[in-house]
Amino acid sequence: MLDAFEIVPNLPVLVVTTPLIGGILTIAMGRGKGPWAWATLITGLVFYFTVLLMQQVLAAKTGFISYELGNWPRQWGIEYRVDALNAFILLTVAGVAFVTTLYAQKSVEKEIPQDRHNFFYAVWVLAVCGLLGITVTGDAFNVYVLLEISSLTVYALIAMGKDMNRQALTASLRYLILGSVGASFILLGIGYLMMVTGTLNMEDMHDRLAALPDAVHNRTVLVAFAFLLCGLGLKMALFPLHMWLPKAYTYAPSAVSALLSATATKVGIYMAFRFLFTIFGVGFSFVAMPANVVLSVAACAGILVTGVTAVRQTNLKRMLAYSSVGQLGYIVAGFALANVHGVAGSVIHIFNHAMMKGGMFMAAGAIMYRLGRCDLRAVRGLGKRMPLTMAAFVAGGLGLVGFPLTAGFISKWYLVQGALEAPHMWPVAAVVLVGSLLAVAYTWRVVEAAYFQEPEGDSALVTEAPLSMVAPMWILIGASVYFGVSATFTGEISMRAAKSLLGGAP
Amino acid sequence: MTGALGIYNYWIYVLLMMIGLYGVIAKPNLIKQAIALGLFQTGIFLYYISMAVIDGGTAPVWTTILDGAQKYEGPYDNPLPHVLILTAIVVSVSVLAVALALIINIKRTYGTIEYDEIEAMDQADKRADYQRGQVVDAADDVEHKLEGHHHA
Repeated sequence: MLDAFEIVPNLPVLVVTTPLIGGILTIAMGRGKGPWAWATLITGLVFYFTVLLMQQVLAAKTGFISYELGNWPRQWGIEYRVDALNAFILLTVAGVAFVTTLYAQKSVEKEIPQDRHNFFYAVWVLAVCGLLGITVTGDAFNVYVLLEISSLTVYALIAMGKDMNRQALTASLRYLILGSVGASFILLGIGYLMMVTGTLNMEDMHDRLAALPDAVHNRTVLVAFAFLLCGLGLKMALFPLHMWLPKAYTYAPSAVSALLSATATKVGIYMAFRFLFTIFGVGFSFVAMPANVVLSVAACAGILVTGVTAVRQTNLKRMLAYSSVGQLGYIVAGFALANVHGVAGSVIHIFNHAMMKGGMFMAAGAIMYRLGRCDLRAVRGLGKRMPLTMAAFVAGGLGLVGFPLTAGFISKWYLVQGALEAPHMWPVAAVVLVGSLLAVAYTWRVVEAAYFQEPEGDSALVTEAPLSMVAPMWILIGASVYFGVSATFTGEISMRAAKSLLGGAP
Repeated sequence: MTGALGIYNYWIYVLLMMIGLYGVIAKPNLIKQAIALGLFQTGIFLYYISMAVIDGGTAPVWTTILDGAQKYEGPYDNPLPHVLILTAIVVSVSVLAVALALIINIKRTYGTIEYDEIEAMDQADKRADYQRGQVVDAADDVEHKLEGHHHA
């Protein structure tokens, strides 16, 4: 049946076109449950495509699939190129998108007026389209265009929280301005690269940069590198360029926070992989240029500062937002090590963190659904009232800490191993451990409130969140526990991705 | 023209970009920030267009098709950056549209588009929440001051 529609050979482009067309059609799905059901169908379909794509990539002899849009040769046209790394990220993004769409139904009904649901889900599906597009493409300018598709839709999604709190509007505008500056820096960087190499295809760019006699002293290349590093830093919310993130995640609708925390910044990091490793290459980025020093210092400072800030927060969503910046720090510190275990730890943590933090934001959203707020005072005594939700939060928190048998443990194992293997990088290992202690501190504050304090006010009366919210939450948290116990699949994929990024066998 | 003056397009692009960046950072009025963002992006468009120029080059149009007689054999300017910027202009217009939509909504809910005043109103909201016994302990305020400091 699949072959009849020629789905398999066209998978790379279907991953983008399905949500692109589906997203626009969402607007026509009426005012009831229609838009939600349609969005679920589309994201489910896309998830299925990414699973198929993953199988194809694993089966491919070369280790990657190359797809030329409209059969234009890659020198002129756009090439979509899927290897172990982006197949894995695609699977993560599409999977989380599907599960959060399931979760969104009740949450969105509560937080967003009925007459805007069709627009909400349209923008939601288009955001997923942009994120998947960035991940699948092998063309540098296509990255910029899809980046703007995802950014514009994300600004709109965040602003939809305005009916809960008007600060969503200012949070969205601030992100819009910083995000556009970041994207413009990326556009400039791509321009300078095109000036030197005369191509937009990532692989060709790499080959021509490598062929330059003296790339390290070529001013144009250096300027491109600087602009790209700066723009990517803004987009992936690398400390201290993260100032847009906490407010945006706090005031966005709960379902949007869950989706963004698990996908948006992760795709930013994926772009960093492509630009730093695939285009410039390890030799340029990390040996000739001090990107490893800049990135690991920023990442380590980020882990510590945002960890301390997270401990001081009283709003759960804000706490999780700061924690996200810290966790992104782990991912960046990992790939800045530029050795196999560091990069593999980074890739695996993209997946693990998406599961844990997505699940935790869903738990915060469930509390929001029942109580209309999610501060520490509202959480008091909820351990008995909403046992499944709070248990999910705690399980996710244990993952952030890196407790054995959770996915977080696996990530940190790889990261610490990478840090100890790299020369003079042991402080990174120390920071990873201190960061874990900070995660204990902020998770404990919630545990204490939920399980050791008596409920007050409304909290005494609430019941467990509806099944349609608890089930998706536990799918993500369950995945984070499952891949903590059995990390063979994620481990193998990320080792393979790391080796191909570092220039070994694919 | 040679030397630094010969590439005056690039000087203008840097100048436009810097004016834009300054506006984005320094202007408290949200509309002015949006205008500055537009200026910033326009600078980048100029950069791309300048990069396409070749000495003695002309528009990449095949003249035989137009007049049927003579055929001009290059050199042509590189059409690719022009095409890319056509896309980037569309993107920039969309960004501006979303920004203005947000600003209209901000004006409706806050009654102002001055960043300082909005910030003050958010602080007042926070104090009201505190008095109602919701959210906030001292830590939130400290952190908020920190954020304000960064913005300034």
